[in-house]
Amino acid sequence: MTTATRAEPPADPGRRAQSEGKRSERNLGWWLCAPAALVMLLVTGWPIVYSVLLSLQRYDLRFPDRRGWVWLENYVTVLTSPFWWQAFGVTMVITVISVVLELVLGMAIALVMYRTLLGRGLMRTAVLVPYGIVTVAAAFGWRYAWTPGTGWLAGLLPAGDAPLTQQWPAIFIIILAEVWKTTPFMALLLMAGLALVPEDALKAAAMDGAGPWQRFRMITLPLMKPAILAALLFRTLDAFRIFDNIYILTNGAQGTSSVSVIAYHNLIGGLNLGIGSTMSVLIFVTVAVIAFVFVKGLGTSTPGQSGGRR
Amino acid sequence: MRLRRAVRPPAALTAALALTAGLLAGCGGDDGGPRVVNLYNAPQENIDAIVRRCNAQAGGRYRIALNTLPRGADDQREQLVRRLAAGDTGLDVLGLDVTWTAELAEAGWIREWIGADAARARQGTLPGPLETATWQDKLYAAPYNTNVQLLWYRSDLIPNPPTTWSGLMRESARLKRAGKPHYGQVPGAQYEGIVVWFNSLVASAGGSILSENGERVTLGPPAQTALRTMRAFARSAAADPSLSNTKEDEARLAVESGRGAYEINWPFVYASMAANRPELLRNFRWAPYPGIDGAGRAPLGGGNFAVSAYSKLPRQSFEAALCLRDPESQRIAATRDGLPPTIESVYRAEGMTQAYPMRDTILAALRTAAPRPKTPTYQNVSTVMAVALSPPAAIDPQGTLRTMREQIDDALQSKGVIP
Repeated sequence: MTTATRAEPPADPGRRAQSEGKRSERNLGWWLCAPAALVMLLVTGWPIVYSVLLSLQRYDLRFPDRRGWVWLENYVTVLTSPFWWQAFGVTMVITVISVVLELVLGMAIALVMYRTLLGRGLMRTAVLVPYGIVTVAAAFGWRYAWTPGTGWLAGLLPAGDAPLTQQWPAIFIIILAEVWKTTPFMALLLMAGLALVPEDALKAAAMDGAGPWQRFRMITLPLMKPAILAALLFRTLDAFRIFDNIYILTNGAQGTSSVSVIAYHNLIGGLNLGIGSTMSVLIFVTVAVIAFVFVKGLGTSTPGQSGGRR
Repeated sequence: MRLRRAVRPPAALTAALALTAGLLAGCGGDDGGPRVVNLYNAPQENIDAIVRRCNAQAGGRYRIALNTLPRGADDQREQLVRRLAAGDTGLDVLGLDVTWTAELAEAGWIREWIGADAARARQGTLPGPLETATWQDKLYAAPYNTNVQLLWYRSDLIPNPPTTWSGLMRESARLKRAGKPHYGQVPGAQYEGIVVWFNSLVASAGGSILSENGERVTLGPPAQTALRTMRAFARSAAADPSLSNTKEDEARLAVESGRGAYEINWPFVYASMAANRPELLRNFRWAPYPGIDGAGRAPLGGGNFAVSAYSKLPRQSFEAALCLRDPESQRIAATRDGLPPTIESVYRAEGMTQAYPMRDTILAALRTAAPRPKTPTYQNVSTVMAVALSPPAAIDPQGTLRTMREQIDDALQSKGVIP
């Protein structure tokens, strides 16, 4: 962009020739990009457009003959459904609580990892283990652990307690599994942010008499803000789309469905492509809104943008 | 012997057809062995014996490969419909729950049974189970096993089993006054079981949930009677505090542990009682499903075999399905796995007296058993009903009826959202 505007003012012919060369170079660039852009459009754009189209139809695989356009009727149905709003509420609760816990724990782990002197590589690898385990396998581990009769965690509870069959205990276990799994990812992102904090600034603050907590709050945190916001953005978007942990742990029973799980149930179990796609589109919109709030409202830098607006 | 002879002519034909088809398609039988018919069925311990017997009978025309579906009915259905929706040709014979027939038939995923196959599937089959394999007067599956719920009670506590729900509540009140176990175990958790309970009560009161063609909600006064009965039961001396969490297995365990005086359950509880609490078995009796004023209409369960519309071996698949559910196969399933037969004559077969002392009661119950509503959207209808009916103590006969009517109506028009 900037090079183009700089080349704009028409001066001597020599410069113009150069700008013409640049322009053709730029055109060539576009042509070289075109195939990739086209493929991107096909593999991401078309499915999105297709699900929007599906969401405007009555399209139930059980009634193939009764397919037809119903325009916004599916949206009315979903947005007036208590099941949808319950799933939305559950998803929000899981998202907010798990991301906050991950941020706090992740920061603690990042600080420890950053300051470790001995066995740094081993330490970092060990912390990353939960993140390396396939979510579904880990979720099965949690499920069996909390099942009375087979599980060691259920054995710690009073006899007859089956936490996965009750709404709030089940949601708590889902959050626990989620936090256990993704805190290392958070810690990794935050550790990259810690590297942004110049050692000199911390030393200068210490010289001025700032204690460790003050240094952390006044120096480290503000300087790390872009990294923290980016980490929060990634994790919030991920957490909002939570699926695999819930699918294995409760499969949405007892009001523990997240929006992704309820969309799956309507789409795959219910065979209702119309309602299911409506839910997918609504999830897409919500995710877009969350991203927008983070980027525009809080000034999170997006990938490819250096520095970010502070 | 008679059966074998009946099989022969179509078998020769199928062999010829299979050969031609194989030659025409230029693919298939790579190892030269028999064509493989893929059977997808719910877990059943001794089905191997049935499959082996059919493979031996097939004489090389086909070989049934057994694929076991997940244990949960919802998981089974999900795997089947997901693959059928994608036109998977790897499925041939499908073991279906009785409530899936309409859905799969309407979507065009299973083949209609016609001609000689249909005649053989109908021959000697009890009308109730046959009805569960029928959608809009066409046969879409061959009934394999059936099931009815009965009243199971301890005769040391209840000498004369009541025939109505109000009678049961009176017995519980009497036992409670006497300081004896008085809980009656019924499936009251939020799942298919509570829908089954409600459906039987509505049918016992002379009504239905949906119209015969599955297009309209009927409910009405019989449904209100059913709701009042469920509410009264859940608030009576009969109701276990954990009623709203009770499924079939919890009900069985509660009676085995001595907590419950009686239970409404499938016949598997008898074998379980014999294995777990032999000392209680002597007083463990069965009686017909209770009704509202008179005799009740028991819930009807079971499984049927259908042939996938995408099967590349329809001839062999129909033949395999017929063998898998013929009288001898059903006898094996009944005596070794406790699955009640759908062919009436099998109830008099050898070994049935020991395995099914209650077989006359089952046969009598099958004559009046209440099938569940027939609709392609049964999954949605059942889910919203289970939510509306839970917990049973909180049922408000008028309000619940209104909510249920609206939600079922939405579900029928694929406007329903399932949780």
